[in-house]
This record gives sequence, C-alpha cells and structure tokens, in this order.
Amino acid sequence: MGPILKMVAQRLALGLLTLFVVSLIIFLSVEMLPGDITEAILGQGATPETVAAFRRELGLDVPAHLRYLAWLGDIAQGDLGRSLASKRDIAELIGVRLNNTLFLAGLAAAIAVPLAVTLGLLAALYRNSWFDRGINLVTLSSISFPEFFIAYALIFLFAVTWDWFPSIVNVTPDTPFWERVYRCILPAVTLTLVTTAHMMRMTRAAIINLMASPYIEMARLKGLSSSRIIVRHALPNALSPIINVIAINLAYLVVGVVLVEVVFVYPGLGQLMIDSVSKRDIPVVQAACLIFAVTYILLNLLADILSILSNPRLLHPR
Amino acid sequence: MATAAQNSLRLLGRSPWSARFGMLIILIYVVTALGAPLIAPYGETEIVGIEYEPWSEVYPLGTDNLGRDMLSRIIYGARNTVGVAFATTMLAFLIGSIAGLLAATLRGWADQLLSRIVDVMMAIPPLVFALLILTIVGTNLINMILVIAVLDSTRVFRLTRAVAMNVVVMDYVEAARLRGEGLWWIMSREILPNISAPLAAEFGLRFCFVFLTISALSFLGLGLQPPTADWGSMVRDNATLISYGDITPVIPAAAIALLTVAINFVVDWFLHETSGLKE
Amino acid sequence: MTSAPDDGLLLRIRGLKIEGQTEEGWAEIVHGVDLDLKRGEVLGLIGESGAGKSTIGLAAMGFARDGCRLSAGTIEFDGRELREASAGTTRELRGNRIAYVAQSAAAAFNPAHRLIDQYSEAPVQHGVMGRAEAESDAISLFERLHLPDPETIGFRYPHQVSGGQLQRAMTAMAMSCRPDLIIFDEPTTALDVTTQIEVLAAIRDAVEQFGTAAIYITHDLAVVAQMADRIMVLRHGLLVEEGETRDLLAEPQEEYTRDLLEVRSFQVKERPRPVGETPVLEVRGVTAGYGKTMILHDVSFQIHRQRTVAVVGESGSGKSTVARVITGLLPIREGSVLYKGEPMPGRFTQRNKDQLRRLQMIYQMADTALNPKQRVRDVIGRPLEFYLGLTGAKKRERLRALLDMIEMEPDEYIDRLPGELSGGQKQRICIARALAAEPEVILCDEVTSALDPLVAEEILKLLDRLQNEFSLSYMFITHDLATVRAIADEVVVMHRGKVVESGPRTEMFKPPHHDYTDLLLSSVPEMDPDWLDHLLAEREEMAKQGRVLKAADN
Repeated sequence: MGPILKMVAQRLALGLLTLFVVSLIIFLSVEMLPGDITEAILGQGATPETVAAFRRELGLDVPAHLRYLAWLGDIAQGDLGRSLASKRDIAELIGVRLNNTLFLAGLAAAIAVPLAVTLGLLAALYRNSWFDRGINLVTLSSISFPEFFIAYALIFLFAVTWDWFPSIVNVTPDTPFWERVYRCILPAVTLTLVTTAHMMRMTRAAIINLMASPYIEMARLKGLSSSRIIVRHALPNALSPIINVIAINLAYLVVGVVLVEVVFVYPGLGQLMIDSVSKRDIPVVQAACLIFAVTYILLNLLADILSILSNPRLLHPR
Repeated sequence: MATAAQNSLRLLGRSPWSARFGMLIILIYVVTALGAPLIAPYGETEIVGIEYEPWSEVYPLGTDNLGRDMLSRIIYGARNTVGVAFATTMLAFLIGSIAGLLAATLRGWADQLLSRIVDVMMAIPPLVFALLILTIVGTNLINMILVIAVLDSTRVFRLTRAVAMNVVVMDYVEAARLRGEGLWWIMSREILPNISAPLAAEFGLRFCFVFLTISALSFLGLGLQPPTADWGSMVRDNATLISYGDITPVIPAAAIALLTVAINFVVDWFLHETSGLKE
Repeated sequence: MTSAPDDGLLLRIRGLKIEGQTEEGWAEIVHGVDLDLKRGEVLGLIGESGAGKSTIGLAAMGFARDGCRLSAGTIEFDGRELREASAGTTRELRGNRIAYVAQSAAAAFNPAHRLIDQYSEAPVQHGVMGRAEAESDAISLFERLHLPDPETIGFRYPHQVSGGQLQRAMTAMAMSCRPDLIIFDEPTTALDVTTQIEVLAAIRDAVEQFGTAAIYITHDLAVVAQMADRIMVLRHGLLVEEGETRDLLAEPQEEYTRDLLEVRSFQVKERPRPVGETPVLEVRGVTAGYGKTMILHDVSFQIHRQRTVAVVGESGSGKSTVARVITGLLPIREGSVLYKGEPMPGRFTQRNKDQLRRLQMIYQMADTALNPKQRVRDVIGRPLEFYLGLTGAKKRERLRALLDMIEMEPDEYIDRLPGELSGGQKQRICIARALAAEPEVILCDEVTSALDPLVAEEILKLLDRLQNEFSLSYMFITHDLATVRAIADEVVVMHRGKVVESGPRTEMFKPPHHDYTDLLLSSVPEMDPDWLDHLLAEREEMAKQGRVLKAADN
C-alpha cells in the first residue's frame, strides 16, 4: 500500500498548494485594480479625507503581503471581515446562507447521482436501442438549455399554471426538514435536470469504452452470463471513471446553484454573491468566491484521490 | 479517390434527422443575425407602444417592460448575443489552441509552466471567477469578452494539448523533427491538420458554453448593458410576466436554448462520425 | 439439434461465410470455408493478415466480434449446430467444452481480479468443479505448464506477472474445464523468440496430456509445423491448401504455399569488410540512458560503405536505443558517434542540415511514420525541397524517378493518401522518402517486422537492390534472425544494453558462440516438424550437464 499512500499524500499536498495559490489570486485580484478602487466606489463622495478613511477601513494602508497574511489568519479563525454595504460580520452573513446552498446542492445531488448513473449504465448496455436514442436526445437537449430557461419553464408549469409548488423559495433556519424539501423541489429539479444529463452522458461513454475492452470479450468467450460480466468484470473497472464523472459534475453543481438561487430568490450564498457584485461589496464577494473555490477544489481533490484508490493497478503494485 | 466535396455530400446524406434539424436552425440564426436590420419590423431600442402589450397583429410578441417591440428585440438579440459569443469563442480558441500546441510540441518546461498556470486557473469555478473579476474591473462589453475568453481558453488549452499529444508521439512527427523542420512547420503542417476534427467539434461546444455564460451574466445584470437587446437581460427584465401566466419572457430563453440544442446535435453527430469506433 | 451421422468429427464446418461491416454496408470477408477436426487432433490455420483465420477460429465457438456476423454455413460441434443456436446453448459450451486463448494475455485478463479467481470462474460458473477443487486444480496446471512458483503465482494480479507467464496462465485458464477443443489465436506472436519456446513446449505438453483437440492460428509456418498434425492454408477468406503437416511441408501443391515455405530462402551474398577504410558510421564506447538509468553500456561497432550491419536483440536489449543515440534524439553520456571519422554533435538540434540529410531513418510501423493528411507527392517532395532545394518541374521529375525506383507506378500513386495504400506500399513510400534525401546511411528500425512474410521479403529485396545501386550503408535493427541471415554482412548481437558478440555473418551462424547468442540462434523455429522436440531434448541434456540457458522472461 506504500506507493498508494504516497500518491494520495502528493495529491493532498498539491490540493493544499492550489488552495493557497487560489486564495492569493482572490486576494491579489483586488490589488491589481487599474486606478484606485476606493475612488471608484466612493464615486462622487471621494474627497481626500473620505478616501483616506475608507482606505484605512479597508486596511489598504498596510503593505500587501502583511495584509494577505493577516487576511489568511483571520479566515483561519473564522473571521471573514465586514461587509461594506451592511457593515455586518461576513461570517455571520454567510453562515446561514452557506447552509441553505449546501442543502439545495445536496438535495439535487441526492436525486441526480443515482438517477444519472443508473440511466447511463442502462443506456450503455442497451446501446442504440430506442431507449438509448431517446435518452440521448433528451439529455443532449437538457445540457443545452440555460438554467434560467429550465427554471422559468418549470415555474410556468408547476407554479403558475398548476399551483403545485412555490415559485419563490423562502426557507429559514427554523423550517422543518420535509417542509424544506417540499419548497426546494423546483430549484432542485432544475439543478438535477442539467447535472443528470451531463453525468449520464459521461457515464454512458465510460461504460461503452469499458465494454469494448478485450477482457470483457474474454469473459463472453468463457461463457459467463451477461449479469455476471457486468457486475464482476465491468463494474470494478468502471468505478474509477464513474467517480471521476460524479465529482466533476458535483463541481458544476456548485456553480449552477448561483443562477437557480437568483431565479427562485433562494436565500443562499449564490444570491448573496450576486447582490454583492452589483453593490460592489468587495469583501463579501471575496469571501463568497473563496468558499466556492474551496468547495470546488476539495471536490476535485476528492475525485482524484478516490480515482487513485479505485484503480486496481495502483492498489496492487508489482 | 473521392474529392472532398463528394465526401461531404455523402456524409450529409447519412446524417440523422437531429443533425439536419440542427444545421437548419444554425443557418436560420446566422441569417437572422447578419440580416437583423433588414428583417426586424421595428428598431432595436424604439419605443413603439405602451408597456407589456399582449400579442397582437401589430406586435406579434407584444411589447416589453419599456414598450419596445419584443419581436424586433429578439431579432436584434440574435446579432448581439450570438455575435458577442462568437467573437469571444474565437478569441478563447486562438489563445487556447496556440498555447496547447506549443505545450504539446515544445514539452519540457514550457509544457509544465503552461499546464500549471491552467491548472490553477481551472481550479476556480469559471462563473464565480468571472463574477469576481467583473466586480473589480467593471462590467462593460470589452471586459466581459476578455474575461470570459481568457477563462474559457483554459479548456481549449486542455483539449488541444491532449489531442496534440497523441499526434506528437507519432513517428512522422519525429521524422519531421529529425529532418530539421522548425517549430512552426511541425505545429501547422504536421500536427494541426490531424487535430482539426476534434478542434472543430470543440469550437461548437465552447461556443455553446460561452453563449450560455454570457446569457447568464446578462440575466444577472452583469453582461451586456441596456438598452442593447440581449436575450439574457430580456428574460430578466420581463420576468414578472411569468407570474401572470404570460409566456413571453421565456421566448428569449427558448431562443438561447434552441441554438445551443442545434449546435449540440450537430457536434454530437460530427464527433460520432469522426471517431467511428465506440458509440 | 443432432442431425448429421456421427462420423467421429468433433468439429465440422461447412460453407462458412462471414461478413464484416464497412462504411458501405456488409462485405463478405470469408467466402465459404469447410473445416473438419477430429477429437484430439491439432489443426493449424495459417495465413497472412486479412486471411480471416482469427474470425474463423472465433466462429468455431459460434462467436462473431462486433462488426462481424456469421452469415451462412453450418458449424457443428459434437453434433450441435452453433451458428443459429440460441445464446443459452452457445454460452453453455463456451469456456466449458470449447475454450479460447487470445493473442494478448495482458489484455485478456481483467486487471481487477487475481489470476486464480479468473481461473476458477469458468469451472465454478459452468458447474464443473467447486471453488476449492478449482483452486487446487489451478496450482497443478500452473505447475504442469512450468510456471514459476505455481503455489503462489495464482494470487497475483495480471499486471504483476510477465508476458510469457501470462500467456501460460491463460492457457491454463483455458484448460480449467477440460474442454474438448481449444482455439489458440496467435499465442506466441507477441513474445520474444526465446520466451516463445517455453510457451510452445508448454502448450504442446498440456494438449497432448489431456487429449484436447486444438486449432492453432498463426502466420508463422515454422511455428505451426511444430504444433499441428494438419495444416490449412488460408488467403483472403478462402482455403488455399490443406494436408498433413509433413506432407504439406515436403510437397506443397499450391504456389502460394510454396511461396510461404520459401520465405526464408532469400539470401544476399556476404560482402567482406573492407580493410583500412574509414567506416561511414561508427559507434564508439557509447553509454547512454534516461535520467539515472543507463540503457546502453559501452556499445561499439562500425558500418562501412555499401554494407549492412544487423543489430539483433530481443525486447529490452537496447537495439532501438542505439538508433536514437545515432540520430541524436538521446544524448550520449560517454563515448561518441563518428561520421566518416569525425565525431557528430550529440543532439540532432546541433547538427546542420547536411549532417541530418546524410543519415536517414525508416520506421517499423509505416502507419505512424506517414502523416495521414499528406499525399505521396508531399511526403516524398518535402525532403527534395528541404534538402536539395528542388522545385517545380525538376522536383516533379525526381519525384517520379523515385517512385519508379520503389516499383510504384507514379501516375497511379502520386496523389494518394497513406490511408489508400497497403502496408507494403506504405513502407515503400517511407523508403522513397529516405532515398529522396540522397543519404549515405539508412537506419532501418524493424522495418519488416510488422509486415506479412511475403511482403517483407519483397521489401528486403528492394532494399538490397537500392543498396547496390546507390552504395548505401544500412544499419538494420531486428529481432528476427531469419532476416539477419537474409541480408546482413555483419551481425551485432545485443543483450541488456551490451554488445554480446559481433562479427561477419557466416561466422556468427557457426558455433562456438557466446551463451546468449546460442540461446537466440537455437530459438528460431525451423520448418522441420521435429525441430522443437530436438531442441527440448538438447536443452534437457545441457541442463543435466549443468549448463542452463534461461530466457530473459521466465
């Protein structure tokens, strides 16, 4: 198991490094402004005194590298700074919203992953049948639609025409679990539709590729039953590519959440980010960006590591 | 020994209805985009009536939130949205493919450097990154095109590098190197012709992605600014109509969806044809 | 459905037609073949690529690959018709009564499961044996097939085991249900010559001991002569000739069969080494490798004008690495490469156009050596432009002359793409490309190894003609001693990166030798059906005397 642990450790180290570099980029992106941002934000009210005061408030009077370290240090302690617009503590602001976003993403993932993998598997096994071609067409269309199109179409049908679900999703920390699920159905379905489509197509492609392997042909020549071939011969080798596919799509999900939250006015991190962008509330945008990036990187890292762990050649080296 | 034209015709003859449907749609969009001023009944920003008029003979799709003709704005939207997306994709492609070719051909430190940079850039979700940068530099058209093009070029880089790597290990490339051929010759005459098919397919896919991203940004109010007719912002501006059971705002969104679907159908078929084997 | 009278035939195929799928639809690739096989008999199916032998072999199990279908004819195994049988019937027979041994064992084993699990799978699933019994049976078969550590090797994963061992493990797996028929599909083609012997011996032993019938598919007549009782010669999906092994080899009836037999008879007269002349190319004390691992150790040899030096070795010997060093693709750690007595820059990037021009290389796989998007005109035209500065009419003229030289009609081929050429034709184009530069030395890296024997022969003859006409020097890298015997003036034997022995051809083929050369020479199959027996007996004798010759991969 030695070399495997080494590979996993290497990946973790790389992931950590990427996190640092990304945090640096997020931090520096503010630095690389053409012109002075404080003047841009203050606009008309920019007198030398207000500019200086603002700069001090933003901490811009301290040299960059010290600021970066201080920033990192604060984050480590859970202090993400203050919002420019509302003066509130960002960590507090984000906390609830992050929960909401994770809930929504989690709900969508819980539906999408099993659905997509099963459909992908079936489509690959019954390749070129009507089932397969039909699914291919539907998913091809699905991945082409912008999320807001699907969202509004669903709202039009299920919230306006038939009043089954709410079109504006309002959840608070007190909302009971199943009530939450009910209210989140439309946004979750929106997210699911797109992600499932991607995942299903990739799973199908991975399995078809696998089924063309010589050892699958050998299994058929040994007179084994189809189910045995799929379960014992194809699946163990399919784990690695499928896990990869799932992780990549979970990462897509993290981003897709943003649009969906806006359409359904869902109190999540995505909506907060968009609001802050239009108000140019930089600290909030930075913090939200960092959180999204961290999640994205962690998911990709997880995919990488799981992929390594499920590769038989690496599990049992020479 | 059939000519290229004969081969293309034969290829078209074998295409499934989905691909043909796609090609037709694309053609319609291109014509609309190019001929917008000639086709649209009213001006792009012309206020012709009262707000939110229902569908009528004069205004086939009614008017929008400021009293402008929806149909005309949708037609102009083709030019704006599709045009900007196309320009952005071209830029992304130019950057990404050249970088990818260089990385695959030069290998060594050039490859390592470019790949690491791209790895880091891709570690941040694109929409989020775009939002961050746009917050800071401001949301005007040029900025948006540049930001999206640079972010998207990373994916083009990855693909170009991957397919070029498969070609670079071929003996004929080594033979060219041993002959003493220069970098430019090897990239353009030995490698490029052999990766043109996957690159063409990727162009289609990238266009779709860029197109959707620009629409999404516009929808969020951060993309093309008013009064330019743009499908994304048109959806947002008229969204309230949906709660009244009027489907009009969904139409620009459907226009976006239709083009993307069409391109995906064509690209899917194209990939199927060129890869041959496993599908 | 048992209808035909039982005439003791295990397998009876009549009028078998197989179709393959192309862009334009289904095309027939096997045009009505008959085949008889008795119990316990070994039948050799021999033919060049495209003859249809693999497809027919699989058809004997009622199996057609994706993109193929068994369109007509009857396939009767032990009285049961297979071509139109239900999936259940064929599944019952496969692995159980009829087994298959693939060409590449590495690809045929599932990387996720241990060898012993894959062995036991067939007997357990077909209800022939229980799990425990199957495992102990595995160990005894591994032993019988001379696998090292038979008790423990089964618990390894496929990628942890070498190629020759995997091939034997696959043979064992095929025998797990004690089938009536085993189909061997080119089992030793991918192996080194020295490893091949062990596998051939193992297969023959096992088949004899269990009285299994076998169909042995190969393109190598010498190999099939050792293994088969009867031989069927196939070409383009049709039977050419069939007969008892000894009869067929002694008195072939058809011209095609005769051609196949004579394939090793072409031989160039040896040219003596010129005295006192500076060698055109010399490799002196070269040590080279990648990173910290050195692949070549103190390699030296010389190539003189209008002579062919054959560099022989098996996989891992370093022979291809020598070519990379000479062309300047791999930097030298120690030693030098000299051209006409003058040392050449170590990297090709440091060499000038003229230096590059004088040394040309031809590759093993013409498929990857030619840019699929470039026409013949451009492939051969480029060196003319680049090195000799020819353009316009002069270039066209020279182009046509070159095509004539490689015996390809200019008008017909000048505009073709590589995809429109056969394997032999592509290799000729590669030769023309090398000639266009007007070189002094041509490095031929296994240029005939990927070609069918008859085509390969033609290429060798062409190279010989060209050598005489243009006073070319060749460095011929190969693993095939028959080729060496055909065209070499001088032979350099390599093993594990060192030159083991070198000298003029005739001397090399006469004993006494270095041990490794001995092993190599003796491992080349001869057309004599008794060759394998003699060799094994000889080696047993030597083993008793304490001299053990082991192949690198065992």
